[in-house]
Amino acid sequence: MADVAVQHSVAGAYEPSLFGTYSKKIGMWLFLLSDSLTFGALLFAYSYGRISTPNWPTPFGKASIVNATIMTVCLLSSSLTMVLGVLASKKGDHKATVRWLLATMFFGALFVVLHAKEWNGLIHEGLRPFSNPWAKNVPQFGGTFFTLTGMHMLHVTIGVCYLGVVALRKKWLPILLGIWLLGWLLTPATNVFHLGIHVLLLVAVVSAVILVLKPKVYDAHDVEIAGLYWHFVDLVWMFIFPLVYLMSTKVV
Amino acid sequence: MHDVALKPPVAAVHEESRTPYYFVWVALLVLTGIEVVLTYNQVFAPVRMLEVLMGLSVIKSAMIIAYFMHLKFEIASMKWVLMVSLVVCLTLMFVFFADAFRIIHLGVR
Repeated sequence: MADVAVQHSVAGAYEPSLFGTYSKKIGMWLFLLSDSLTFGALLFAYSYGRISTPNWPTPFGKASIVNATIMTVCLLSSSLTMVLGVLASKKGDHKATVRWLLATMFFGALFVVLHAKEWNGLIHEGLRPFSNPWAKNVPQFGGTFFTLTGMHMLHVTIGVCYLGVVALRKKWLPILLGIWLLGWLLTPATNVFHLGIHVLLLVAVVSAVILVLKPKVYDAHDVEIAGLYWHFVDLVWMFIFPLVYLMSTKVV
Repeated sequence: MHDVALKPPVAAVHEESRTPYYFVWVALLVLTGIEVVLTYNQVFAPVRMLEVLMGLSVIKSAMIIAYFMHLKFEIASMKWVLMVSLVVCLTLMFVFFADAFRIIHLGVR
């Protein structure tokens, strides 16, 4: 009877996938579905507060909106470079793939830097998780703003590191550790990012574990699922940008 | 049977050119520009503005999912399972908005 059982060693002995694609891609889609519910809950909570609070703060002047628009252009451009990277990897052009992935990382890193600049400006103006200088009776503004945009910033940061692992593999680790060390030493001790930059150290440890446990040349499938994650991060920003920034525009 | 199991994924078979992606990118930039102009000129009242912006964002996200995330090129079962489950779950969250509108119209009771 055991002979009748499926022979696992034979390629193709399993039934074809219900979704007509490889399991890693389905796994990433399932993760993204669950992550979209996390962001969905945050976005709905923010919208709830925005609608139900008449004097919601509108701190974002022209400079902030221009900055956020440039951030949006960065993410949209990074999605284009990512998809071009996926196409290059499908053609088997490794050099072009790495180039496009590095371009995507550049746009992603620029997004994070601009976002950090925006945060610093707002903190300098007096925005805190439980208070803000613009509307004293809406203390939840800071908390919702930092949670939503911080969660997204974390996703972009992880995305840049993920692409770094796929594009550069072990060469990425010293670069990442260098960025972490420089960032830590160069940001003032009172700055929120002096502590926040340790996320990079955590990501470096996780990346090192992955690279040691599964050292491999990442193929077109790996690039494609990294791309899925990256496009998702872009997609979420398409909701955060109008909801958080545009809906709180300060028009003089 | 083995031939079916080893059939390459649909997205991999699909021969792609770069042109549609450039068009999508430009369309996304244009929609973003429209959002900024609408907001900065305060064309609508806040709640209507939120509806318009979210509508535009849904269009943008649909373009990202369909083209950049390649869902357009996957088989029907994958498209339906993923999108229906996502839309249903997110739609359930609309239940809270009734309360948000109650607060703004009637005040906290």
